[in-house]
Amino acid sequence: MKAFRILSRNIRDSFKSVFRNFALSLASISCITITLIVVSLAIILTYNVNNFASLVEKDVTIVAFLDVDITDEETDKVEEKIKELDNIDSYIFRSKQEITDEMMESSDIFDSIMSEWSDEENPLQATFQVKVVDIEKIGDVADEIKKIENVSIVKYGEGMVEQMVSVFDSIKNVSFVIVIALVLVTAFLISNTIKITIFSRRREIEIMRLVGASNINIKIPFILEGLFLGLIGSIIPVLSTIYGYSAIYKKFGGQVFTPIIQLIKPEPFMYFVSLALVEIGILVGMFGSWRAVKKHLKI
Amino acid sequence: MNLIRMKGVNKQYKNGVTAIYDLDLTIEKGDFVFIIGSTGCGKSTLIKMLYREEKPTRGKIIVGGLDVAKLRNGKVYKLRRKLGVVFQDFKLLQKLTVYENVAFALEVLGLPKSEIHEKVLKVLDLVGLKNKAKHYPTELSGGEQQRVAIARAIVNGPKLLICDEPTGNLDETTSMEIMKVLEEINKLGTTIIMVTHDTNIVALMQKRVILLDSGRILKDYEKGTYVHEGV
Repeated sequence: MKAFRILSRNIRDSFKSVFRNFALSLASISCITITLIVVSLAIILTYNVNNFASLVEKDVTIVAFLDVDITDEETDKVEEKIKELDNIDSYIFRSKQEITDEMMESSDIFDSIMSEWSDEENPLQATFQVKVVDIEKIGDVADEIKKIENVSIVKYGEGMVEQMVSVFDSIKNVSFVIVIALVLVTAFLISNTIKITIFSRRREIEIMRLVGASNINIKIPFILEGLFLGLIGSIIPVLSTIYGYSAIYKKFGGQVFTPIIQLIKPEPFMYFVSLALVEIGILVGMFGSWRAVKKHLKI
Repeated sequence: MNLIRMKGVNKQYKNGVTAIYDLDLTIEKGDFVFIIGSTGCGKSTLIKMLYREEKPTRGKIIVGGLDVAKLRNGKVYKLRRKLGVVFQDFKLLQKLTVYENVAFALEVLGLPKSEIHEKVLKVLDLVGLKNKAKHYPTELSGGEQQRVAIARAIVNGPKLLICDEPTGNLDETTSMEIMKVLEEINKLGTTIIMVTHDTNIVALMQKRVILLDSGRILKDYEKGTYVHEGV
């Protein structure tokens, strides 16, 4: 009960203090707000890119074209060999006839041309469509398949996938560096704000020490003030994350440009992001004030 | 019973100046003791060590059962709760009223509001400022401000009240008023140690007097034996 009374008094004092040095508090709060907005963008971007990359990766397939005049026994042999390879997730065989039927169904022009073909005349090639377990080694698997007899061409999204992943990686790294820099600047600003609070309340601190307030009781209001600065600073970023992301998701209909690039659904994603923002705001605020207390509050 | 026991206490500051030399002193519970001496004789250092604002370089200091010399920084508050300190410059919070200034000392200790209210009114009555509870320090005279400071120092019921030149900023009449208040408090059982320059007051009060000179006790006058002889 006593601890609770002291704590509630500390909370009240810290809250008052935020508004007592309002100009300085506002500077710190704005800095946190900007930082957290950037953090929010970085998190949303990173998660969406990761989500999208894994969707794309799931879709990357090796297509092995078999020779036109391949016999059924030879096809079986190719299948055996593909089965023996490492890193194979799954594969499907699509015969010449299946592909032909599919194409004929898809357009009337194909239908009229292809219906006249005899089996020997059909220039289409039967294929094995192979999915791999480890997408990074897709090149090795493709090379292995190429070596198999009666396999004429092997195709997969050569280069495209790797390039995409590396671009996303650099975006991630750059935003990470920006976030760290902003966090440091913010912590420094908060530290400065708290330093001035400590200075302006030095008489109060002196009296608290004289009348026997414990050190932790003297320090807590300042740490709490940092916490409040962080908390208040996270209000705008949280609101803009929740409303902004939902709006973007709605506007784009859940996808960017093509159905391949799917956005993460706003719920519960944006709540997780908001929670992370509040946590980061509070931690940065408390870290800044802790630094100031450690440096300037000698007791 | 001894409230304060100092044995072989030595205090040397970092700049090499030695303020207290091998000092032995005991003060009984309920005593009223003046500490006098010329500027730089070590009076302030002596009482600062009592409330652990300074640490002795050597020796033992026991205050109310606590070994002050060995007290870690984090535990100093335990000592401070047993004593009150009053200064020449009052050290009041200007933005708080008289009542709030006194209540402040109890609030930081987490006392319930009703208890704070009761204690503050009682102590303001004792120092004669009950009718000024809602005034701000700037609206009070020097003597009244010092009485507020005294009220704050004793509101928690300490066994010991340390006064560092409490009348230093006050005229003679006001000083005597403060002395009356202190005597009242002393009668209620609180031990009082007061550092002062004002030998007139000391002569008038006729309490135990310790005369310091260059960090040593030059003379220890028993109660009622002090005669104004000039320092």
